[in-house]
Amino acid sequence: MKIHEYQAKELFRKYGVPTPQGRAAFSAEEAVEVAKTLGGYPVVVKAQIHAGGRGKGGGVKLAQSEQEVGSIAGQIIGMNLVTHQTGPQGQEVKKVLVEQGLNIAQELYLSIIPDRALAKIVIMASEAGGMDIEDVAAKTPQKIIKVAINPLQGIQAYHCRQVAFGLNLPAASIKPFVALLKNLYQLFVDYDGSLVEINPLVLTADGSVVALDAKINFDDNALFRHKDILEYRDLDEEDPLDVEASKYNLNYINLDGNVGNMVNGAGLAMATMDLIKLAGAEPANFLDVGGGASAEMVENGFRIILSDPSVKGILINIFGGILRCDVLAEGVVQAAKKTGISVPVVVRMEGTNIEEGRRILAESGLDLITAADLKDAAAKVAQIAKFEAKK
Amino acid sequence: MSIFVDKNSRVVVQGITGKEGQFHTRHCVEYGTQVVAGVTPGKGGQKMDAVPVFNTVKDAVDEAGANCSLIFVPPAFAADAVMEAADAGIDLIVTITEGIPVLDMMKVMNYLAGKPVRLIGPNCPGIITPGEAKIGIMPAPIHKPGGPIGVISRSGTLTYEVVNQLSLKGIGQTTCIGIGGDPIIGSNFIDCLDAFENDPDTLGVVMVGEIGGTAEEEAAEFVAAHMSKPVVGFISGLTAPPGRRMGHAGAIISGGSGTAAAKIEAMQAAGIHVCENLGELGEQCVDVFK
Repeated sequence: MKIHEYQAKELFRKYGVPTPQGRAAFSAEEAVEVAKTLGGYPVVVKAQIHAGGRGKGGGVKLAQSEQEVGSIAGQIIGMNLVTHQTGPQGQEVKKVLVEQGLNIAQELYLSIIPDRALAKIVIMASEAGGMDIEDVAAKTPQKIIKVAINPLQGIQAYHCRQVAFGLNLPAASIKPFVALLKNLYQLFVDYDGSLVEINPLVLTADGSVVALDAKINFDDNALFRHKDILEYRDLDEEDPLDVEASKYNLNYINLDGNVGNMVNGAGLAMATMDLIKLAGAEPANFLDVGGGASAEMVENGFRIILSDPSVKGILINIFGGILRCDVLAEGVVQAAKKTGISVPVVVRMEGTNIEEGRRILAESGLDLITAADLKDAAAKVAQIAKFEAKK
Repeated sequence: MSIFVDKNSRVVVQGITGKEGQFHTRHCVEYGTQVVAGVTPGKGGQKMDAVPVFNTVKDAVDEAGANCSLIFVPPAFAADAVMEAADAGIDLIVTITEGIPVLDMMKVMNYLAGKPVRLIGPNCPGIITPGEAKIGIMPAPIHKPGGPIGVISRSGTLTYEVVNQLSLKGIGQTTCIGIGGDPIIGSNFIDCLDAFENDPDTLGVVMVGEIGGTAEEEAAEFVAAHMSKPVVGFISGLTAPPGRRMGHAGAIISGGSGTAAAKIEAMQAAGIHVCENLGELGEQCVDVFK
């Protein structure tokens, strides 16, 4: 799960990680009110959306006066911000963070991530702050410092010193940096972070260390023990169909293609998307109805796929294990009868209770295209794709 | 022969009295697996069907001689269950549970390091040696006993698809292992490839990977350097968008790393026969393994 920068900074302050003074504002008037509390100019106005690259897209601006804060906040709130992470459709900005401007001496990069191969918590830091870290890693990997921490041991002072000296920090900044890093690590483990990133972390002219930016992603599997983080969820930042699907515990991701699909199991679902592409079409979604799906979940999944207007055909691919074919068939029949089938539907089923599943589909009177196996299913999807291409 | 499990495996099911625990225990017993004990704290002394239930894994080891554990404990308590099994002297721990927090698994992995125990999973369908023992949730009838092919996969139902195609083509399996779809898992491709390479009855391996991480690339290096047996590979997720978690917690392309294309390229370079069309995997296996 992702949260906004202003929310991440709230958590930073709670954990003693220094940030510039500031607050979120939902209107130009509110932005001016916040600016008045900051004790001087310049003031920075930052668009709050989940995607990165906000500065380059025109979503971060410096204001030198109260009046400028108002006009800039007015421009940014309501704008459709396009960055390399939002995709070409962009994301509407609904709020800004208004912060004091700092006298920056140096920009650094600092992040904490779980390393899946090492099974350790890794601190990454670089003197090349403010830049895209993936670019730094690709072009100048020697500029990245990595320190791996065994979670059973936890962070020690020497880990922090290793990073601090690696960054060639001035003597006056080492102590505050070590304190900041320890606190940041504590925040990461307390809240089950999947990424904590500060880019840039700045040294100010007076030697203090401040998180100018803040990004925190959380491990979805651990949200059950962080109810306070769930309150940070912003549905405006998510695809409406994804939100709808999440209400029914469906693992759904809306994509750009024209052939919808419903599958049990994530690996088979991805492989089915790939098969649709091989057949000459594009997958319109990812949908894993899961191992223990009920007829009701199947019905909801089917309805959500059909509510995407770009869907011109559907492939249902189920390998019955725990999810039995008869349960799936019931769900498809219920959904089709309630919502009506407006596009061709190819059904491929295999596994537990397959005969019963086939019988239910056959006796439903619905116009479904059944496929004998995956190869046959792909050929039938290819026919749909060809037909669509001719239109 | 087989790897990791056979008819002599003595299984304790942790979480045996839960809905899933009961359901799958019955199917394992039906298949002929020796399920000698169950564990549910507070229900010691009861029975689940004919299986005695204990309060602790240690009791199950001491009193029923269990050496292998199958875990259905809910995500919040699963890490504790794995460490309990390891401390009780269990040799093989198979964790089915999906949704364990990453930091919990990280602690488990560092705790298990150096201990004489193998963990399979979590977030996996388990392991089966067809005709001998099923320690997991996979549908048994699709498997064909007698070998000669080993199967390793990060997925559940995709593994069933692959196994089914093999069986329909008359190709049996020595052992099929679901290693799990989480970012941090107990046994990786290399552990299993190495075991299959050393199993005289396994003559070839099918490995099924997916986007996220670099386990397939590392496995490819291992195959090139250490495997004499042919390997067929499949990778799902060529059409997966970057930055999105595709169902499995571990299936995510992050920062340009973990793409299907990179995995396929590394595997092909290592001499692995990569199947590009899942519908034709069975036929390709016939060609490679004949």
